[in-house]
Amino acid sequence: MPIEVTIPGPLRPFAGNQARVTLAGPAATAGEALERLWALHPGLKNRVVTEQGTIRPHVNVFVGADNVRDLEGLATPLPESCEIAILPAVSGGKKN
Amino acid sequence: MVATGQLSVKDGDVLLLVGTMKGLFLFRSGETRKRWEMGGPHFPGLAVYASAYDGRQGRRRLWAAPQSMHWGAELVSSDDFGRRWDQPEVPRLKFPETAGTSLANIWQIAPGPPEESDTLYCGVQTAALFESKDAGKTWALNEGLWNHPHRAKWTPGGGGLCLHTILPDPAGRGRLTVAVSTGGVYRSEDRGRTWTSRNTGVRAEYLPDRYPEFGQCVHKIVHHASRPDRVFLQNHWGLYRSDDGGDSWKDIARGVPSDFGFCMAIHPRSPDTVFILPIESDGFRCVPEGKLRVYRTSDAGKSWKPLSRGLPQKDAFETVLRDAMSLDGLDPAGIYFGTRSGKVFASRDEGRTWNLVREGLPPVVSVKAAIVSLRPRARRSRRAA
Repeated sequence: MPIEVTIPGPLRPFAGNQARVTLAGPAATAGEALERLWALHPGLKNRVVTEQGTIRPHVNVFVGADNVRDLEGLATPLPESCEIAILPAVSGGKKN
Repeated sequence: MVATGQLSVKDGDVLLLVGTMKGLFLFRSGETRKRWEMGGPHFPGLAVYASAYDGRQGRRRLWAAPQSMHWGAELVSSDDFGRRWDQPEVPRLKFPETAGTSLANIWQIAPGPPEESDTLYCGVQTAALFESKDAGKTWALNEGLWNHPHRAKWTPGGGGLCLHTILPDPAGRGRLTVAVSTGGVYRSEDRGRTWTSRNTGVRAEYLPDRYPEFGQCVHKIVHHASRPDRVFLQNHWGLYRSDDGGDSWKDIARGVPSDFGFCMAIHPRSPDTVFILPIESDGFRCVPEGKLRVYRTSDAGKSWKPLSRGLPQKDAFETVLRDAMSLDGLDPAGIYFGTRSGKVFASRDEGRTWNLVREGLPPVVSVKAAIVSLRPRARRSRRAA
């Protein structure tokens, strides 16, 4: 069963202008799924995670309805089939 | 969706790159500098703390550093004055994984010394220097500064821990000087391989030792190509001049209403003429007495003169940040600055009179002025020969 990843609007130019990317086959963890997403679309990586490999502070990654920050982060185990959403956090607006 | 206005830039135009908290605006004017046409916002919604125009080697290249709170800061370029921006799939500036930190923002984009027309530098947050030797195609972290033993003790100022000013040596000595908030001034004599702090005489009001070896919150340093060892410094409290490239600093704050401030800019032809914009204090970061005044010294800091004609002189609760003042190279020189309240002011007579170019912009964080040359490179070379 596939894993579907929703790409946020500002990052779609780095994903062939696709709103959703399908990863073939299962992935054990959220991090493994994202690594496969980077392999398909390398331009997404540094805009979603920092150089240190952590999810950017104002970016959220959801598995289904759950934010992986509330689970096990990038080590969050994935079911065989699931939907992953990369979304800008509401906290990201400029104060000024 | 916001529409981005485009400019038709002409040969000889003065171009202003105005970085704001919500995008980059471009202004163009002919050399009379009487009327200004605005373009932008480029990168709407993103903060642009740094921009630059690289006209070396026949280039007409804009550089900008849009910072998204969500997706990070990037270094992008345009060869057509912003109609298209080149944003590589993999961002140009990245810390190595081993650095243990991530790029938070880009504070400065600076061309290299005259003999290195393909060299560019970027100063970033977390405080570090990046270098490109191929006109911006590839970049590398300056390891000498990154591995300096002082670096672990540098601390963030109000804007974050940033390397915000880069002064390449116009004299071809391989010297390079940078300023870090808070860390202070550092200088290399060997093209960036090794670095030494240069803060003797610069005070740190917020430390028990008011004159430490390093740790000063230097806000801006400037020098002139014709006399590069004469350096001026606007500190977080303190106004200084060095006549030995930063080896020692002398207080030059007599005649200003406050020695606190952020921005500082040097005249294009006079190594003794410097412009600042004093701020009341770090507690109240607005201009003193509600009067928006630029101060100029024409004698290397022996005396200062307020320049206020055309600027608001009552209830002006304005702040001008460290990179928000710039001069063009025309004669007489034009001076430009932008405020946190979104106003851009210009003088086309070296500060004697001022005009409001635009108000209602987002908070201005950077202003860079450039003279555009659109003449073909070969033709210019023949003329030069």
